[in-house]
Amino acid sequence: MADASNVDAFVEFERVQKSYDGENLVVKDLNLTMPKGEFLTMLGPSGSGKTTCLMMLAGFETATHGDIRLDGTSINNIPPHKRGIGMVFQNYALFPHMTIAENLSFPLEVRKMGKSEREEKVKRALDMVEMGAFGGRRPSQLSGGQQQRIALARALVFEPELVLMDEPLGALDKQLREKMQFEITHLAHRLGITVVYVTHDQTEALTMSDRVAVFDDGRIQQIAPPDQLYESPENSFVAQFIGENNTLEGTVKEINNGIALVQLDDGELIDCKPVNVSRPGERTRVSIRPERVEYNKDRLQEGVHTLKAEVLEFIYMGDIFRTRLRVAGNDEFIIKTRNAPDQVRLQPGQQIEIGWLPEDCRALDA
Amino acid sequence: MSALPPYASTGQRAWYYSFRVICGLIFFFLIAPIVVIIPLSFNAQDFFTFTPEMLRLDPEGFSLKHYRNFFGDDSWQTSMWNSLKIAPMATIVSVTFGTLAAIGLSQPHVPFRRAIMAILISPMIVPLIISAAGMYFFYSRIGLQGTYMGVVLAHAALGIPFVIITVTATLVGFDRSLTRAAANMGADPVTTFFRVQMPLIMPGVISGGLFAFITSFDEVVVVLFVGSAGQRTLPWQMFTGLREQISPTILAVATLLVAISIMLLATVEMLRRRSERLRGMSPS
Repeated sequence: MADASNVDAFVEFERVQKSYDGENLVVKDLNLTMPKGEFLTMLGPSGSGKTTCLMMLAGFETATHGDIRLDGTSINNIPPHKRGIGMVFQNYALFPHMTIAENLSFPLEVRKMGKSEREEKVKRALDMVEMGAFGGRRPSQLSGGQQQRIALARALVFEPELVLMDEPLGALDKQLREKMQFEITHLAHRLGITVVYVTHDQTEALTMSDRVAVFDDGRIQQIAPPDQLYESPENSFVAQFIGENNTLEGTVKEINNGIALVQLDDGELIDCKPVNVSRPGERTRVSIRPERVEYNKDRLQEGVHTLKAEVLEFIYMGDIFRTRLRVAGNDEFIIKTRNAPDQVRLQPGQQIEIGWLPEDCRALDA
Repeated sequence: MSALPPYASTGQRAWYYSFRVICGLIFFFLIAPIVVIIPLSFNAQDFFTFTPEMLRLDPEGFSLKHYRNFFGDDSWQTSMWNSLKIAPMATIVSVTFGTLAAIGLSQPHVPFRRAIMAILISPMIVPLIISAAGMYFFYSRIGLQGTYMGVVLAHAALGIPFVIITVTATLVGFDRSLTRAAANMGADPVTTFFRVQMPLIMPGVISGGLFAFITSFDEVVVVLFVGSAGQRTLPWQMFTGLREQISPTILAVATLLVAISIMLLATVEMLRRRSERLRGMSPS
């Protein structure tokens, strides 16, 4: 949001609204600015308006209100086939009646490119996704992962500056998905293209993007680089949606020197960083990441408020331990600890004291 | 149908065999009237019955005279050429308009889609004689009655429903993101239609076209109303032939038509399978 006034904005949404039925707004007042070369992910639950935004950018949907600009020019009145934007579709949308090479050649043919130049570019694009040997096959003869690569190559072959991706990895299995996440980001950075990526998978969003825009209810709830989004969520929706999160409910007692004293509903007091609470008496939802909770007394800072907790369940997950606690009446309080040699394994029934750094505990809207 | 499993009960066994018998009877009922005319068309006599010579398989009892008569007779030849001029033209018109209508009606935003569809399909449902009479009065007013164009348009109207139905069926499975992908890659709507959509709905277009062709080629009621002596088609000639001079030439013509139909069906089926292979589907 800080760079909303960026002069070399490449993609801009200005006060964009979209309604399909003339009554309900699917996208409400969207403002977004992307510099050239950025990898931006639109993340959100289904129905949050993220795919609609992508479709408006591609030109398959028209904005009900507002302006969408590409490289400074409004594209509201430009049909999809004249926008020159590459796109990878959720189901790949490869033409089944054409071979792989013909699929890749299609965008070049409609641009009236000569045969030798076409062949050259198709070959280069296929090599880029390591599918050079597959030019003569048909899409139905390829596996899902291979089709995905072809779809990617086809979106890049005509060298668009902006590429849109609509949940392109949704149909792949976990391992392949992780491999493709790296390949796509590397390729995007190497080619210097601007990417708008839509997904509902938060891990994908965090690992791939320069910035993530979290959508909910037709609005961008927060737009920030992955680490900021995860560590400093600006509201409860973002805190809940990104990663695992513990919430405790309470009321703000006082705010002093950037630290809020919150009284939880069972009467206990904790220190938090006030994010969107401003005055005493306000209801708040406190958010703490499971891996920022500390129960080893030696590592806790002097003077921080601690809470009593009872261990309910200990789950061994290999690289980490996941422990479920009862804290301030909340039975779903999770802590995660690294499986280090000196790590204590908590036993169910054990009574412990937990604490955290005030800045890791964020007082958000209720 | 798979073989009878070893644990089948008596009832299942009985049904297993009676099912086959019933199927056989249905096929016989459907095909016998057509099969019986084929040997009859080689009759050496001018009768519609099997002569004792034929039943003895005596070569004397068979001849090609009815075929010679068909190819030598002017009125038969004229009617054949009329049919061959009308049917392909009517097919082209039906396929063009039927395909366009099907594509248009498959767009979700078109208002009153069902009502429009029902109107376009109505020539299939309304009794032919009613359509024919209606067309007669309408075409006389606008000067199409008794013209080549009139018959072509009338037959096209009868063929369009078949094209709409078959093309709509292929469009149901058509992935709309393919046309979006084409547009995204820079293809204008016309290019997208001919390069992406058309090849993929081809099987439906071809079968629809086949039905439209056969409809026109076999049609007698409408052409009697809308046509004049100049558009005397093969079915019309057969109809008058049956009424005025009962001659086994009709059987020869019928046999030829059956042969043509089988050839057409086989060709179309081959084309359809090829096209489905191209679409990456296993032929069904």
